[in-house]
Amino acid sequence: MAEKVSRKPFVREMTSEWIFRHPRYLRYMVREFSCLFIGAYTLLMVWGLKQLADGPQAWTGFLEALRSPASIVFHVLALGFALYHSVTWFNLTPKALPVQLGEEFVAGGVIAGAHYAAWALVSLAILLAAGAF
Amino acid sequence: MSERRVELEVLRYNPETDREPRFQRYSVACREEWVVLDALNHVKESVDPTLSYRWSCHMAVCGSCGMMINGEPKLACKAFLRDYAGVIRVEPLAHFPIERDLVTVIDDFMLKLKRVKPYLLPAQAKPIAEGAYRQTPAELKKFKQYTLCINCMLCYAACPEYGLIPKYIGPAAIALAHRYNQDSRDGGRDERQEEIAATEGVWECSFVGACSEVCPEHVDPAGAIQQVKIRSTVDWYAEHLMPWLKK
Amino acid sequence: MARSNKPLVWGPFAAGGTLTAFLTPVLILLTLLAGLGHVPEALTYEALRAIAGHWLGKLALVGVVFLSLWSAAHRLRITLYDIGVRADTAVATAVYSTAGLASIAAAAILFRL
Repeated sequence: MAEKVSRKPFVREMTSEWIFRHPRYLRYMVREFSCLFIGAYTLLMVWGLKQLADGPQAWTGFLEALRSPASIVFHVLALGFALYHSVTWFNLTPKALPVQLGEEFVAGGVIAGAHYAAWALVSLAILLAAGAF
Repeated sequence: MSERRVELEVLRYNPETDREPRFQRYSVACREEWVVLDALNHVKESVDPTLSYRWSCHMAVCGSCGMMINGEPKLACKAFLRDYAGVIRVEPLAHFPIERDLVTVIDDFMLKLKRVKPYLLPAQAKPIAEGAYRQTPAELKKFKQYTLCINCMLCYAACPEYGLIPKYIGPAAIALAHRYNQDSRDGGRDERQEEIAATEGVWECSFVGACSEVCPEHVDPAGAIQQVKIRSTVDWYAEHLMPWLKK
Repeated sequence: MARSNKPLVWGPFAAGGTLTAFLTPVLILLTLLAGLGHVPEALTYEALRAIAGHWLGKLALVGVVFLSLWSAAHRLRITLYDIGVRADTAVATAVYSTAGLASIAAAAILFRL
């Protein structure tokens, strides 16, 4: 007759060190943290709209503030994080929205590529319309 | 044939004698073409018969030998020694309780698979006398990749959300539900939504994507989860903004 | 298990994530250019007043502000949980309120114009 083995499963604690377990988790965190910069930039936009509503002097003051070193540094960082958000978002889109044409599924690269193309067009159009050139 | 001396650092845990797990080092003479499973089998056969672990097919189709190898969820039969340098750390699959040594408690996973009703629920019962279901290649292609899951649980070990939120139903369970939802013979999507569209269903996923990265069968559970999220969201808004559309 | 109401917050998150993916970089470029001394035509007082004065402009701006803030808020909520902050209800209330209030503020500001 087999002897009875007592069970005592051991549960390993989950700490925040998972983030450093593999580069993919770090990349995920960078992507997630882009929200801080995108959120902050949007709040900056709202602040700018307020200055716009307060009149030409307030608006000039806002444009002045944009020239400060802190503002430039923030913009460069925000741009980097915003671009990372865009790239990761477009690359993941084909997984969330697969397109079946006939029997086969459209290659992920095509769907992502279409998004990149649209992104370039929209950005260029806005830059042109805004008179950036 | 070439030989190579491999150092294995294996997690041991005996529930009857240990308060907590510890590491044990084995020095093993291995053949160059071996996988980690071969090294473990050699240890068990010739060095330490008390070492416990699950394995079966040794060809990456049964899903039994999932373990953390140097911190990454892998099938031990698919982890080639030639891809590793230095000491190889072998631990039980992350995010599961340890039963003994490299054996994990998988009851939670098994229960979750059952919950999604992983069988055809046709809209209309079709007696055998009426003949077989017919399916076009396109209809098959729609769900084929989600049938490839071998229940190895690597995705659960890779998913930080499952590690943080044990109630999360998890990638494989959702991919399995999706497999049936996408099957033209099935009509049970509504029933499965009760499980996968619940808070502990897809909504705990934050699209880390690690599950799909570690999946040995390229099932892409992350894709399945996002597709369910989108469909569930469209349904939710349709239901709440246009309640007269309820069937 | 009952179906979650998560779609209520996830829908705008997904829409906002898509919008910000397409739009935010070029917007940052515009104000960055201004900061570097080259103010784009559209960011002059007169031009921007004209855009923000038009009902279509107001609608677009409020939409962009709301969706951008909402998706950032939702993501921040998830991220804080990921790094170990367990008070999800408190965090959710804080982030979504901020997004909501700032959007209402933007709408109020634009309403004045």
